[in-house]
Amino acid sequence: MTEAHETTPIQKRWMGAALKVGTPLISAALAIGVGSIIVWASGYDPGAAFAALFQGALGTPKAIGDTMLKSTPLILTGLAVAYGFRAGLFNIGAEGQLFMGGLATVALGLALGDVSWFLAVPLMIVAAMAAGASWAFIPATLKARIGAHEVITTMMFTYIGRYLVGWLVNGPMKEPGGIPQTYALPANAQLPRIASLFSEGAKGAVPLLNLGRAHLGIVVALLAALAVWLILKYTTLGYENRAVGYNRWASETAGISVQWTTVKALCISGALAGLAGAVEVMGVHHRLFDQFSSGFGFTGIAVALLAKKHPLGVIPAAFLFGALAAGAGTMQFQADVPQKIISIIQALVIFFVAAEEIVLWFVRRRQKEAMSHAG
Amino acid sequence: MPVLELRDVTKVFPGVLANDRVSFSLERGEILALLGENGAGKSTIMNVVYGLLSAEGGEILVDGQPVRIRSPRQAIDLGIGMVHQHFMLVEPLTVTENIVLGREPGKYGVIDFKTARMRVEEISDRYGLKVDPDARIVDLPVGMQQRVEILKALYQGARVLILDEPTAVLTPQEVRELFRVVRSLVDEGLSVVFITHKLEEVMAVADRILVMRAGRVVGETKPADTDDIGLARMMVGRDVVLRVEKGESVPGEPVLEVSDLRVMGDRGLEAVSGVSFSVHGGEVVAVAGVSGNGQTELVEAVIGLRRPAGGTIVLKDADITQANARRSIEAGVSHIPEDRHRRGLVLQFNLAENMVLGDHRVAPYTNAGIMKPKVITAMAKKRIADYDIRTPSETVSAENLSGGNQQKVVVAREIGRNPDLLVAAQPTRGLDVGAIEFVHRQILEERANGKAVLLVSLELEEVLSLADRILVMFEGRIGREFGPGEADAETLGYYMTGGGGEKLSEDAPYATTAEVRASSGTGLQDGARGEAE
Ligand SMILES: Nc1ncnc2c1ncn2[C@@H]1O[C@H](COP(=O)(O)OP(=O)(O)O)[C@@H](O)[C@H]1O
Ligand SMILES: [Mg+2]
Repeated sequence: MTEAHETTPIQKRWMGAALKVGTPLISAALAIGVGSIIVWASGYDPGAAFAALFQGALGTPKAIGDTMLKSTPLILTGLAVAYGFRAGLFNIGAEGQLFMGGLATVALGLALGDVSWFLAVPLMIVAAMAAGASWAFIPATLKARIGAHEVITTMMFTYIGRYLVGWLVNGPMKEPGGIPQTYALPANAQLPRIASLFSEGAKGAVPLLNLGRAHLGIVVALLAALAVWLILKYTTLGYENRAVGYNRWASETAGISVQWTTVKALCISGALAGLAGAVEVMGVHHRLFDQFSSGFGFTGIAVALLAKKHPLGVIPAAFLFGALAAGAGTMQFQADVPQKIISIIQALVIFFVAAEEIVLWFVRRRQKEAMSHAG
Repeated sequence: MPVLELRDVTKVFPGVLANDRVSFSLERGEILALLGENGAGKSTIMNVVYGLLSAEGGEILVDGQPVRIRSPRQAIDLGIGMVHQHFMLVEPLTVTENIVLGREPGKYGVIDFKTARMRVEEISDRYGLKVDPDARIVDLPVGMQQRVEILKALYQGARVLILDEPTAVLTPQEVRELFRVVRSLVDEGLSVVFITHKLEEVMAVADRILVMRAGRVVGETKPADTDDIGLARMMVGRDVVLRVEKGESVPGEPVLEVSDLRVMGDRGLEAVSGVSFSVHGGEVVAVAGVSGNGQTELVEAVIGLRRPAGGTIVLKDADITQANARRSIEAGVSHIPEDRHRRGLVLQFNLAENMVLGDHRVAPYTNAGIMKPKVITAMAKKRIADYDIRTPSETVSAENLSGGNQQKVVVAREIGRNPDLLVAAQPTRGLDVGAIEFVHRQILEERANGKAVLLVSLELEEVLSLADRILVMFEGRIGREFGPGEADAETLGYYMTGGGGEKLSEDAPYATTAEVRASSGTGLQDGARGEAE
């Protein structure tokens, strides 16, 4: 068929880059715009609502801390889903892998006893990643061996993981007392709050250090994003991952094992989701219970899509979702707008990101048709 | 008075002047060949005539009357029909249903299939376009589908028929059949515009030849007044060597030795049934055959994409019978795939990434799992220069290159790896003369460097001009082997369709493609769907 360039390659690249950054921004803006209309139509003042939302998300150092807190697991689950996408895989089961990560963290943290923080925390992180990876391993193997679709299998494993944790915190691992939860992790197995690392004097001098509940997990998440980016860009592992994601036949012809790459990709994705579980447990709750994740694994899908599957793009995308979550409470009590509005805006972001994919899909299809007419 | 006349038609795409004041006329009962390299603007100008594109300037006259053609509908009403390179048939429907689609006879929305079927048969009889009116499109080979497209245009009352690269998807036998059909159409008073970039075709079929280059009409001639060389020069704008000179073959040690190879096809049937041959260093061995006779499976076995069911494949001294693609590459096998978009390139990758594909795990491009962008970029830049790949830079993604340049990327990578054996499967499929010359030169260069080359091609011309030895493959077996100068196209064609044994007469009894298919039970496979780029 004839190449139908509407533009020169150079123009196309610039347009591609602009599209990559521009369209997520537009999606987010549209979501907030439509969200305002809904707020207004429900009889509230959108101006006041967003002012409060902003106040709660970024208005004070403590608010910024909250946004960081909420963004942390989303960066990691967003990375997990994005890494899968880059191999052409849709890991819809990050939630389950996150649960297993949380479980391994607590199990190991409670068992380790009195060891140094510097030993405990890395070990727990490794255990959580291994647990997440292993939870992805069976779906990955089924995909590679018999082609069982990962959307079905990872989802099923999410149910298994959640019920397993539910049972454990209600039974074998339950702390005595009425609440279905495990014992709390000792201090040597926790990720400390960032604010706690600075002296009162320093915080007095630099108010921005009063980051409230934000914990060191954000550093872990940012490093993970950087690592995933480097892996995709500079390692044979990432190269093969991308090659298989784009064109499995050319990959196979070049001697890349599509099956093995699939297994590795889903397991790495699972490991990142497991890491999300670890930081959430070690940094926020310090113990495991049924509801310790508010659907981070699923929101991670939206984050990855908004980020255009780019590991560094995951950071601002997760930050947006984190800010919405952090500002929701303030919006409710300051502007009297129900928190549920935030869920609607989050859904709208997902909707517009998806809609954009649909629009792009149509554009590409039309281009293809134009090409076959001209071809 | 010409049935169709174009005056100064100009068509601009953003950044591309696709047609620059194109003027020509088409007489009644004439076959006008539109010849030009890929991207010359042939499809564009005819899409303008067919109402798919609107021109920025110029005039179109039908029967001397100026017309504005805004849609294919209007073109059809004016008696202009067009068969595109990619057929636009509804696959689950029958031949008749497809042909009458949009102009169904009948009343009150009820289609009168009996009348429809009768009319279809009537037309197909008149022009000798035999086809089963009740067959479903999915079940038909490409050549037949094309016939349905032509019938559809005739059913709609076309007096001018535009065929865009109609031979790209056909086997040599089908091509002849098509030529016969086209002849009978013009005998009935129709006029045909025949778009192609293949020289032998215009020489064989055209009454008049119009050559286009870079959006312009650069010449007009008749087959009697020119030859391949002259046409190629007009088309490319410089001297082109059609049959690349090759020196004496100096075969060295055997590099590839295949013995009694058996390979299963996708459908669980044996596709390669006990094939033995060898390729020596400094030698080009060609496997000729009609598509679907086991060539694809043979190639896949040699390059490690398909495990043989029996026999052995030895490269130099290493047994690579059970090697996977990776081991095969490491053992020294390079491969130019027949489908570069599917197997040859990752279109979304940039050129540097594509050039390192297959070598991405070894030094000097990678060290301990970390890739070395500087080394890779330098390599890519060098190959872009060495192989004259037209691109603004090595960071452009492969999808933005023209077909010829994409193929150069593949060739650069596979040859650049410095293999012992080069397996070239239809390496010039869909390329135009300039690019074909380039690829042929590279293959012969490998031969001169003492490398072994296994060429698999459906193009007899290519086989004859490159090969030192020719193996004819039919139904999974190698029927005959020809040494240098022992075979001509006719003989090869005969053996390719299952002939053999008895002595050949001047006009060998060619099996029609339908017969070949019936006897081989395989039919056309993807391999035959050449895409001109
Ligand atoms: N739909 C299109 N949009 C933009 N450019 C196009 C389109 N179709 C063709 N072109 C460009 O116009 C030129 C002529 O293309 P085409 O007519 O398809 O060539 P040919 O059929 O001779 O191979 C090429 O440079 C091609 O890239
Ligand atoms: Mg064309």
